[in-house]
Amino acid sequence: MASIPDPVPAAAGGLPDARGHFGRFGGRFVAETLMAPLEALTEAYERHLRDPAFLSELDRDLAHYVGRPTPLYHAERWSRRLGGARIYLKREDLTHTGAHKINNTVGQALLARRMGKTRVIAETGAGQHGVATATVAARLGLRCVVYMGEVDVERQAINVYRMRLLGAEVVPVRSGSRTLKDALNEALRDWVTHVDDTFYIIGTVAGPHPYPAMVRDFQCVIGREARRQILEAEGRLPDALVACVGGGSNAIGLFHPFLDDREVALWGVEGAGEGIGTGRHAAPLSAGRPGVLHGNRTYLMQDADGQILETHSISAGLDYPGVGPEHAWLKESGRARYVAVTDEEALEAFHDLTRTEGILPALESSHALAWAMRLARELGPDGLIVVNLSGRGDKDVHTVARREGITL
Amino acid sequence: MNRIDRRFETLRAAGRRALVPYLTAGDPDPALTVPLLHAVVEAGADLIELGVPFSDPMADGPVIQAACERALGRGMSLRRTLELVARFREDDAATPVVLMGYLNPIEAMGCEAFAAAAAEAGVDGVLTVDMPPEEGEALGAALRARGLHPVYLLAPTTPSDRIRRICDAAGGFVYYVSLKGVTGSDALDTEAVARRVAAIRRQTTLPIGVGFGIRDGASAARVACFADAVIVGSALVRRVAEAGPQRAVAAARALVAELRAAMDGACVQGEARAG
Repeated sequence: MASIPDPVPAAAGGLPDARGHFGRFGGRFVAETLMAPLEALTEAYERHLRDPAFLSELDRDLAHYVGRPTPLYHAERWSRRLGGARIYLKREDLTHTGAHKINNTVGQALLARRMGKTRVIAETGAGQHGVATATVAARLGLRCVVYMGEVDVERQAINVYRMRLLGAEVVPVRSGSRTLKDALNEALRDWVTHVDDTFYIIGTVAGPHPYPAMVRDFQCVIGREARRQILEAEGRLPDALVACVGGGSNAIGLFHPFLDDREVALWGVEGAGEGIGTGRHAAPLSAGRPGVLHGNRTYLMQDADGQILETHSISAGLDYPGVGPEHAWLKESGRARYVAVTDEEALEAFHDLTRTEGILPALESSHALAWAMRLARELGPDGLIVVNLSGRGDKDVHTVARREGITL
Repeated sequence: MNRIDRRFETLRAAGRRALVPYLTAGDPDPALTVPLLHAVVEAGADLIELGVPFSDPMADGPVIQAACERALGRGMSLRRTLELVARFREDDAATPVVLMGYLNPIEAMGCEAFAAAAAEAGVDGVLTVDMPPEEGEALGAALRARGLHPVYLLAPTTPSDRIRRICDAAGGFVYYVSLKGVTGSDALDTEAVARRVAAIRRQTTLPIGVGFGIRDGASAARVACFADAVIVGSALVRRVAEAGPQRAVAAARALVAELRAAMDGACVQGEARAG
């Protein structure tokens, strides 16, 4: 079973185009020094994607190191309790390191090694992508530096220590809002300085071309498995897919293999933080407008002068003012719909799933669960929903406890 | 005729190299920007590069990042940057001003509206760091329609055929980034830069500026031997920041004068490019 080159669904229109555009979104907006390295990366990626040896190595790693396929679990008791549609959970939380991020870092690290790079760098918000990068770097013997906003270093202390145990250097970023967007800036600065020996492993479907396409292709294993699994389990396609959207890699990974299945509704769920109306949120697709940041044109949270705004979400992994350009395009084309749920609603879903199914979801994934709760009631008992449970919630227990006034 | 073209023509006739200081608009305070600009011109600047502050200056090192934060913290914006240029123009009709910044604030204003406002304010060229020519058609056309030059970067990693394409899209001059890194980096290898500049010169008749990593008279003098323009950013921004608001203008004047003196004494005529 070759991993990647499933035919690109026709609904995707073969996007992106040769210059990395999804409609008017995407592209390659970087300083000149990075243009040639991005061209070299695109060339290498497209070549290895057609190399059976590369694909079989990737398949082997996904099966034996990551632990794929992940189960598609029927959350029967939770579904019954909600009194609506049958809800299935795609259990990305059961992968090695506990989140979907590893699907992508395994792929990019293999590519880095084939390109002769000896050093990898990454940005991270919640720390899941940083951990997933440090993990594959340790396994392949690559030097690893992870950039993380100082605010995130504080609220995700366990992941910081995990990365250090894995041999990575974690660099706290003190510029700007000291969160994920600033970590991305700093990683780009590192890359431009060490471009000869360094591979930049971007963790989401954003950044300059080819990253949005490449990360999507590595994450599409989620949707390919889920599509096969739901057909086996139910004999039909689901009515709706639900996934949280920060940068949007777990969502695109689930959605993409279903793009041609027009009867399947696609719901991306952003972080509404304290509420869209308060301005304190992380929902560029719901409340932002198009602009250019971090190498691509997409929806952004920005002020009238085009300065990027600080974001607010209880979930560090959603705390990002931009979003992958393919999501911007899916929104504009109407194929996917994007909504936002608040910190409160996400926490409620977090507790609800934990108590009824014995599964502790990541706060990011809890946003998708919250929307699925609402959708399940709307669709009724004949409905069928697949939710991407993109990561496990162990990393978030401190955040939840603090929120409830408990000191651990 | 665009002020940039006129200025390079005059310099070429005189066998001189352009000194181009960079300052971030609104740093350390919006009230100081116009006095700073006049001071660097009096001290020997031939062109001015004026940075438009951006919240996420990805290609800049810590010195210019901090300058952007200071300026934004004092309410600076693209619109107010243009107001400062207009005020500078009231007393200086000759010195070319090139804006250097990132694309998003320009797109937020709209390419056409920005080009019109920039021309009105007296801007002569626009260098948009994160906009390669492949993505620059709309802004480039809007700028050219107003007589402004789109200025583009060339890098150590830029392949030969791409240099030609970038130079074809550029106006005024091209800006060679002397090293792989962000603004204010160390380790300028002057000989390697000289070879690259010679290679670029085979592809274009545009003047070639060199920047990133030039920090004092000695490095400016070495670069002046083979480049048409010497661009000094982080070193000047740092000097201004260290001096504090009271002494910022004097500090900027002193550094620019030092650079000017070093460049003018650098090369005997025969060494420099004939033009």
